Amino acid sequence: MSLAFDDYGRPYIILRDQGQKKRMKGLEAYKSNILAAKAVANTLSSSLGPKGMDKMLVSPDGDVSVTNDGATIVEKMEIQHPTAKLLVELSQSQDAEIGDGTTGVVVLAGKLLEQALTLLDKGIHPLKISDGFDRACDVAIKHLETISEEIDIQANEHEALIQAACTALGSKVVSKRKRELGKIAVTAVLDVADLARRDVNLDLIKIQTKTGGSVEDTRLISGILIDKDMSHPQMPKEVKEAKICLLTCPFEPPKPKTKHNINISSAEDYKKLYLQEQQYFVDMVKLVKDSGANIALCQWGFDDEANHLLLQNELPAVRWVSGTDVELIAMATGARIIPRFQEITPEKLGKAGSVKEVQFGTSNERMLVIENCQCTKAVTILIRGGSQMIVDEAKRSIHDAICVIRNLIKDNRIVYGGGSAELACAIQVLQYADEVSSVEQYAIRSFADALEGIPCCLADNCGLNPITSVAQAKARQLQESNPRIGIDCMELGTTDMKEQRIYETLSSKKQQIQLATQVVKMILKIDDVIAPDDY
Amino acid sequence: MDIVGNVLPQVLKDEATEDKGEMARLQSFVGAIAVADLVKTTLGPKGMDKILKPTGPGQEMTHITVTNDGATILKSMYVENPAAKILIEISKTQDEEVGDGTTTVAVLAGELLREGEKLIQKRIHPQHVIAGWRIARDVALKRLRDISSENDINSQEFHDDLVKIARTTLSSKLITSDRDYFADLCVNAVLRLKGSSNLDYIQIIKLPGGTIRDSYLDDGFILKKQITIGCKRRIENAKILVANTAMDYDKIKIYGTKVKVNSMDKVAEIEAAEKEKMKHKVDKILKYQPTVFVNRQLIYNYPEQLLADSGITVIEHADFEGMERVAAATGAEILSTFDAPERAAQVLGHCDLIEEIMIGEEKMIKFSGCKKNEACTIVLRGASTHILDEVDRSIHDALCVLITTVKNKRVVWGGGNSEMQMAAACEEEAKKVQGKQAFAIEAFARALRQIPTIICDNGGYDSAELIQNFKVELQKGNQNCGLNMTDGTIGSMSELGVKECLRVKEQALMAASEAAELIMRVDDIVKCAPRKRERA
Repeated sequence: MSLAFDDYGRPYIILRDQGQKKRMKGLEAYKSNILAAKAVANTLSSSLGPKGMDKMLVSPDGDVSVTNDGATIVEKMEIQHPTAKLLVELSQSQDAEIGDGTTGVVVLAGKLLEQALTLLDKGIHPLKISDGFDRACDVAIKHLETISEEIDIQANEHEALIQAACTALGSKVVSKRKRELGKIAVTAVLDVADLARRDVNLDLIKIQTKTGGSVEDTRLISGILIDKDMSHPQMPKEVKEAKICLLTCPFEPPKPKTKHNINISSAEDYKKLYLQEQQYFVDMVKLVKDSGANIALCQWGFDDEANHLLLQNELPAVRWVSGTDVELIAMATGARIIPRFQEITPEKLGKAGSVKEVQFGTSNERMLVIENCQCTKAVTILIRGGSQMIVDEAKRSIHDAICVIRNLIKDNRIVYGGGSAELACAIQVLQYADEVSSVEQYAIRSFADALEGIPCCLADNCGLNPITSVAQAKARQLQESNPRIGIDCMELGTTDMKEQRIYETLSSKKQQIQLATQVVKMILKIDDVIAPDDY
Repeated sequence: MDIVGNVLPQVLKDEATEDKGEMARLQSFVGAIAVADLVKTTLGPKGMDKILKPTGPGQEMTHITVTNDGATILKSMYVENPAAKILIEISKTQDEEVGDGTTTVAVLAGELLREGEKLIQKRIHPQHVIAGWRIARDVALKRLRDISSENDINSQEFHDDLVKIARTTLSSKLITSDRDYFADLCVNAVLRLKGSSNLDYIQIIKLPGGTIRDSYLDDGFILKKQITIGCKRRIENAKILVANTAMDYDKIKIYGTKVKVNSMDKVAEIEAAEKEKMKHKVDKILKYQPTVFVNRQLIYNYPEQLLADSGITVIEHADFEGMERVAAATGAEILSTFDAPERAAQVLGHCDLIEEIMIGEEKMIKFSGCKKNEACTIVLRGASTHILDEVDRSIHDALCVLITTVKNKRVVWGGGNSEMQMAAACEEEAKKVQGKQAFAIEAFARALRQIPTIICDNGGYDSAELIQNFKVELQKGNQNCGLNMTDGTIGSMSELGVKECLRVKEQALMAASEAAELIMRVDDIVKCAPRKRERA
């Protein structure tokens, strides 16, 4: 720990509790940071690509999850090293922005840091490295745009979208059914998409999981599935031509928020209060019934008496519907959420073709399906699978696929996968490097090497010889000036990714390169780490 | 490892561990196979039971469970190995989805992984193994569906099938000696449901005493409650009002009420008002003219007396499930308000006879000749609570399988026939497939064949010889051959009447292969630091 000295040569302490803090600076700090970040990237690198492996993660409470999704892996690893945490955030921001490519972004960052390490050993200043990376990144992005292709998402029954979804699903445990699941995801997104505005509100796609059956049994429900049943066992199990009253007030006597006391001082008061109480329920049910509603969904609970009155008035009802479900139902059925009984009017009711209770398995679990909603813009994907871990992973996979499709609807430009886009960029960056006359040249060249690391890693995971196959692909790209040559991961006999139909969105690739470069620049700027010693 | 020679910085938390590659795989295989080995001795008609002894303080320490049911065994085990947890999870799902085959699914997944481990040792990449398994699974599933048969739901054959399936399910349980008796009992209970799959309507009452043979199916409905003192013990042509209402002084629910009085007179007045309120409610109930009043909540002495005085038999404290069953069986509506006596005809339930009966030492109320005849009760007798619990689980398994069969209708031959057929299909396929995947397909076949092998071993027979003979019989085109576990030979399953439900087999096959695939794909296990628990 460094000490400072005053004019008289007496040492004094700069940091509070200096003795208990650990400090690393200079080259030591750079290297330690890079190594920590690389350790994370290394863990993820074997998950990349269609033949990537999964990770098993045991939570602090002993719950097991098995996943291939980069963002989920790094989140559940509970990383504590401060720089390694930056990579966690990197993966998560890719997830939030794009939803797919969360593994790739971390692996790329890892490769960049690896290159930075050798450059540091050469004695190049970190800022020069980061400048070089920055310039190389710009070149790569520009080149990505030139090699990107616009695809017609409508053509051939949305074939392009399905292919893109399949590419996203190809690396997951559900890859066996990627075509079926891809179709489900495409239909779901198109159902809720606003094609005129090229926008998709993903909130309208509800993903519900239920163990049992197999992944094949996953299906799309053109409506909303909620994990609830009718409040009274004797209410009808199906309501046709449903007029839905969506309530956010309980069927219970009112509870004013202000603290108060009602004092009963005579028998009359007592009787009056009793009658009053009875009246509440009658009024509530009457208000709902009078509006013409034939089913009531409520966010809160019911009193026993109210529950029975509802049954008696042939008004099926559901209680404890979750807040998000209430909103979703409101959007889908055109219902207005009603916070007070007095405000119920016929116009505020939502309409749906049918509301019915469905049952699963032997354990008597029931769910409600709301189908043919007035504004059909809400769908549910019901995921089935042999165990909790499978359905959880399937849910994450489908989420990825949905994100890819949404991105394509927003921006229909694609690049080809299989490492071809990275290779093409690497070639371009390498050419550019020779034109730069300053120290950055080395950094730019290293950037190209790092980009090549991605196809290398892909080939490695697929059991191919990484160096040979990348060299071959690169040579062919140059000879044929064809940026679509990549790694033949699935051993289909062609390295042209257009023939293999491996589609990735341009936005995702761009974002990957930009985000990875940014984080690496950030890590390269840290030259001093001060942390409590017990780390 | 670190290239520069520095110590690698610590990335994970202190107590967290990370295993990669071979180590991770080894851990998964060991865990999964250990779990499968643990339950595999319970498989088949000659399988053995396990005693489960809980840990922890208190009385529960002494409460042991004796069971043959895979899901029950696995659920009660505490394991730390993540792969083992996945196996337990699929067994649980199997239990929820079809109710039986919980041991089979765990054993099959375990055997798949055992074969998978051998392939990995031969340096075959896990992804190739998975690719092979996927082909094998599809082939096996296709064959399974091809060999299944379907009978019309109303035919006598279907009824016979159901009895056979129930017998097969029960044959591995404690009550195997009385399986014919119980099979009939279960089938009758399920057929009463008339295609509905609501198991709630079949009530199981466990009463220690007597022997297992004394168990019986009661076509009426039995409520484990007593009729209040002072009421009639036998009511014919009963009109039943089922209620869920407060019959105490019925407190006012409006928030913040409080009684504040300034003289004793007022207290008396309010007390009178309270009484009047109770009486008022009773009067309203009386307007429905019921002869029996069943309430979920407790009934205070005063209203109870009022009701009894009017000649109404009162049953209080019926639990919620009991209530729903009473309501369903007698066709009554569960009432909480009593302002519409004109609807009495609709809301009152009806049954021919209600009487108090004695089973063993306990008094129960029996409703017979109900309006809707779906509900029924299985009364189980047995020498100890452990036996009763196990019989309960066995009967539950059988009922679940039967209900699944009624829904799905397709059946396959038992006695290991379906597994052997699937294995044969996989082996045929393996001959056609190019590439390393073929090894995995063969491995899948071997894993499937392990199920009948284990059944043989558990019976103490020479499995190597039996299974080979079995193969030959199948090859000869003897489609319904299977293991005869009484003689230790290969016999005809149609003569022995061993059938199983297709859905159970399907689910076991799919869940096991999915789980095995899931575990096979893992090459890295990260265990987070366990959460620190504060001792309370």
